[in-house]
Amino acid sequence: MATSPGMPSRGKWANALIDNEMRRSRDVSGKIFRFLTGAACLVIVSMVALIIGNIFINGRHHLSWRFLTAAPEDGMTGGGIFPAIYGTVLLVILMTLAVVPVGVMVAIYLQEYSSHSSRLYKATRLAVSNLAGVPSIVFGLFGLGFFVKFLGGSIDRLFYGGNLVFGQPAILWAAMTLAVLTLPVVILTTEDTLRSIPNELREASMALGATKFQTIRHIVLPQAVSGILTGGILAVSRGAGEVAPILFTGAAYFLPELPTKLTSQFMELGYHVLVLSTQSPDVEATKPILYSTVFVLLALTFLLNFVAIIIRSQMRARLRTRG
Amino acid sequence: MNTGTTYRKLAIEVMPVTKAEDRKAVEVPLKMVAENLSFFYRQTQALRGINIQIKEKHITALIGPSGCGKSTFLRALNRMNDLIPGTRVEGRVYIDGQDIYAKSVDPILLRRKVGMIFQKSNPFPKSVYENVAYGVRINRYAQSKAELDEIVEKSLQDAALWDEVRDRLDSSALGLSGGQQQRLCIARSLAVKPDTLLMDEPASALDPISTAKIEELILDLKKRYTIIIVTHNMQQAARVSDCTAFFFMGELVEMDSTIKMFTNPSRKETEDYITGRFG
Repeated sequence: MATSPGMPSRGKWANALIDNEMRRSRDVSGKIFRFLTGAACLVIVSMVALIIGNIFINGRHHLSWRFLTAAPEDGMTGGGIFPAIYGTVLLVILMTLAVVPVGVMVAIYLQEYSSHSSRLYKATRLAVSNLAGVPSIVFGLFGLGFFVKFLGGSIDRLFYGGNLVFGQPAILWAAMTLAVLTLPVVILTTEDTLRSIPNELREASMALGATKFQTIRHIVLPQAVSGILTGGILAVSRGAGEVAPILFTGAAYFLPELPTKLTSQFMELGYHVLVLSTQSPDVEATKPILYSTVFVLLALTFLLNFVAIIIRSQMRARLRTRG
Repeated sequence: MNTGTTYRKLAIEVMPVTKAEDRKAVEVPLKMVAENLSFFYRQTQALRGINIQIKEKHITALIGPSGCGKSTFLRALNRMNDLIPGTRVEGRVYIDGQDIYAKSVDPILLRRKVGMIFQKSNPFPKSVYENVAYGVRINRYAQSKAELDEIVEKSLQDAALWDEVRDRLDSSALGLSGGQQQRLCIARSLAVKPDTLLMDEPASALDPISTAKIEELILDLKKRYTIIIVTHNMQQAARVSDCTAFFFMGELVEMDSTIKMFTNPSRKETEDYITGRFG
């Protein structure tokens, strides 16, 4: 190796920088760890690819315009799934209408009003995290007991002379039950968003003589819209796939007619999948329909997500440029 | 020391006007008086019995090392500290003879009268126009769109920003430079017609040219507003202020005319701090 003129010869200390053996063993353990973490990523990607691929390959034959627009026929071995699609969309819309306002208000109270050492704050915190951990079948039973029997039954006794109107499973109660289930999602995402809004903006607004309410209404909430939408998206994709909470609260095995009132029962895609796979008189005959139904359920969830994400990114771009 | 001489020379050079004004200081009415003002964050006492008198349409600089209580004092003057949970105030602050901590005083109305400019420029993520219009709207100061337009334009002119933004009123305030953003924040405050402006290190995040513009603006605003400015920059205090108050460990060590404070302070601590021997 040529040394440039004037370069001092390598001193003793330089030897401390070179230890090939240590370097080799370090490199090996580093590479193994890197491989393991990469492999873990591959596992999740391949799982998703397997699920979607399997469902698409097996379900695509049966997909047709008729399948999407007709009611089931011949004991679920023929026809389509339109009532289930319609029921799912309606259910999710009703759920969103219930969960977003309540969830956002809870988050606003927690982040903007309450002192973090107050009892109400601590109690709500505890309630939210516990609510998130309750198994969904418990929500189903709660919905039946509280919404259908207690709330619905009371309404019937008070306003309908004891006739069964609200006191039976209905899309309204199913949507309410799902709303309770998805409440923590909306609360937590909204809270995160509110926390991410710089406190300087609140102070600037208050320093101009704005009230707390004006500050929340005109400064905080406009900034939080995209975050609240995210909470809505997450709630929708969570709610659209749940079967257990609607099992006893409103979903029907088979209904050729669409729900027209809040008290109607309804078909739902997730529940329909359960019915097709466990209650069908002829499992082999319903199998292609089952695959296609799952495919539609997935596609619908993805579509809802996609639409909401687009709204969100547009909202963000608008806030950035114009406000 | 050497630094001391530099500062003194500087102070003398930049403040001939102040000096002249200082002679008739007795005639200037008082805008604010704090009496025995103490402030607590939970168990910690941040201000210890502050007694201070602020002259009307003067610029008062608050100086002192970090954590000395000068920002806390500033925020006590428009009750911004009320927004922090676990804080407590003792003593009195009078503005135009009114005790601002009296039960009958509405902090919202107080903040309309006593505006505040923050260290980090914090325009709302809205258009330039909307930033200035915000305070006017929430306070319902304008009866019509034309009146609102007029207030926005006037405020931007008063903040020496109008010429730079007149063609981009509808574009986002976040697209302005740091110095422009800070002047926008000043315009936003002026729009709600305060008579006092509290400034918490308004130029500390700005480059020298933007700082010079802000200082020029502050000197101009003095004609109509009482200004209290917290600064870490000794030259800035010397350049813009008429009076200087030196805070240390939650106490007001000394307050006097700026020329006196920078040339012949009565207290040793003040001299040490101003000449850079500590702090």
